Amino acid sequence: MPESSTSGASIELENLTKRYPGSPSPAVDNVNMEIQAGEIVIFVGPSGCGKSTTLKMINRLIEPTGGRIRIGGEDVTGIDPVKLRRKVGYAIQSAGLFPHMTVAQNIALVPKMVGWPKRRIKSRVEELLDLVGLDPGEFHGRYPRQLSGGQQQRVGVARALAADPPVLLMDEPFGAVDPITRDHLQDELIRLQHELHKTIVFVTHDFDEAIKLGDRIAVLRERSHIAQFDTPEAILTNPADDFVSGFVGAGAALKRLNLTRVRDVEIQDYPTVTIDDPLQEFFNKLRSSGTNEILLLDKRRRPYKWLRRGDLMRAKGSLARAGTLVHDTVTRDATLRDALEAVLTDNAGRVAVTGRRGEYDGVVDMETLMNSVHELLEADRLEAMEHQHELEEARATQTHAEQEGDGGEKKA
Amino acid sequence: MSDVNFWEYLGTRHQQLLTDAFQHASAVFQCMVVATVLGVLIGVVTYRSEWAGNLATTTTSTILTIPSLAMIGLLIPIVGLGVPPTVIALTLYGLLPIVRNAIVGLRGVDATLVDAATGIGMSRPMRLVRIELPLAWPPILTGIRVSTQMLMGIAAIAAYASGPGLGNEIFRGLASLGSRNALNQVLAGTLGIIVLALLFDAAYVLIGRLTIPRGIRA
Repeated sequence: MPESSTSGASIELENLTKRYPGSPSPAVDNVNMEIQAGEIVIFVGPSGCGKSTTLKMINRLIEPTGGRIRIGGEDVTGIDPVKLRRKVGYAIQSAGLFPHMTVAQNIALVPKMVGWPKRRIKSRVEELLDLVGLDPGEFHGRYPRQLSGGQQQRVGVARALAADPPVLLMDEPFGAVDPITRDHLQDELIRLQHELHKTIVFVTHDFDEAIKLGDRIAVLRERSHIAQFDTPEAILTNPADDFVSGFVGAGAALKRLNLTRVRDVEIQDYPTVTIDDPLQEFFNKLRSSGTNEILLLDKRRRPYKWLRRGDLMRAKGSLARAGTLVHDTVTRDATLRDALEAVLTDNAGRVAVTGRRGEYDGVVDMETLMNSVHELLEADRLEAMEHQHELEEARATQTHAEQEGDGGEKKA
Repeated sequence: MSDVNFWEYLGTRHQQLLTDAFQHASAVFQCMVVATVLGVLIGVVTYRSEWAGNLATTTTSTILTIPSLAMIGLLIPIVGLGVPPTVIALTLYGLLPIVRNAIVGLRGVDATLVDAATGIGMSRPMRLVRIELPLAWPPILTGIRVSTQMLMGIAAIAAYASGPGLGNEIFRGLASLGSRNALNQVLAGTLGIIVLALLFDAAYVLIGRLTIPRGIRA
């Protein structure tokens, strides 16, 4: 990332309340929350629980009727909301791009408002398009209606990041795109966050999305009461109450797979040949590696075909006809769930791992996955037990102290 | 027939006709500019409130129901003859389509876009100028087009108050029905107005091409 990148700032919500006139109970009731700099916090909860209202109070699109908001330690409850919003990125569902402006103009809006010089804005737009995975030359001059839903959403994120705000608010940003695109966008956001370290507050009603993206998750019930605010692992293994476990839903072990990425497990090296190598190389590699299968890479070192010992013979020595095409690969950023999915659909039970440009990186197979999942669940269990133990200990010392205090008073 | 041939009439009177046509066009154009500015302004001030917007629409449509001849007649004792009653009447008539389309257009801007504009830190005036008005511009331009067409015809009545324009030809002809050039005069005035209306319309198509951003052009 460029020199200019600002990393996140902390957000504190203190007794934040929103009361609408004419309504007996508040829409958001006394929310207290501390969000650390550089973390992604997800607000998740049933619709109408006030999660979106809470989010919109952070940039004061909805003015709170009580409480304070501090960003990076600065109390922003009373400052000019227009100035505040220029320092807080905002991305919404279906992107909200302005249809009469080009992609570049949309992204340039906030930098222009805060008075960046033209040169800097121009290079920033190109840089952001590149960052969100859109080719600047191709997309720069396009209008929003010439983009797919996923592309629009990428531009929406680029626009939110344009003036390099420390804080990013995202209101169900991926709610309106199809599941496959949503998955891609989520992966992209994770990649971005690895580079940028912004403080992100993200609203969703999809718990799986929350698990995938969140460093911490705030499960909210009606009036934005916090049912549990903890790491995804803790919420999955140790839900605070019935409401939370109801929201987590069935299959917590499977969902746990979403929390670990391929880069966290052992990736095996596999014998490979590229399509340009002489045939002899293929036979040599097969012999020396002791496997009966080899991965054929194309000219740009992307996985192309799985070749078995007998395949070449059957295809009468032609590499073009031999072997089975690689139909699925995963990146190092993919979750173990994606990897498991790919491994399950592959008839030989393994999947190639690729780098950012699709180049070969290694292979993950069923056995590796199984072992890692067992280790993960075991570790979670130990941690939960330890956590519980600590809590009990803390409680014990507290009671002990109270008793001592009582005793002391009686003596006196 | 003692009538002079229409083409001959045009040939001999083209100087006068061109002057009238120019004055006609110029009056309509100037009144349209004023009506557009006023109409959009009224729209901008009233669109956010339910009752104010409705009041503006109702008022302007009431004005439109007043017969133009009566309106000009009523204005003469107040502002006198000539250009003033013409300009006032044309501007008032021109308002309705513009006000209504401005209100409809501004109200029709997608609420999520307004939310997005506010959310990224636009002040209210900026949001209006950069987002809402550009997005409401196509319907507003349609309103301006409709207004212009209407004013072309109504401007002819201006001659009744000794105003400028092709109406003079028509009124002169009507006053001397039966005379040699009566029919030619009425015909020349009427056709002149139609030609002007078509020219203006063509201009609006061009303006639309130039001012409606490609991203929202139909």
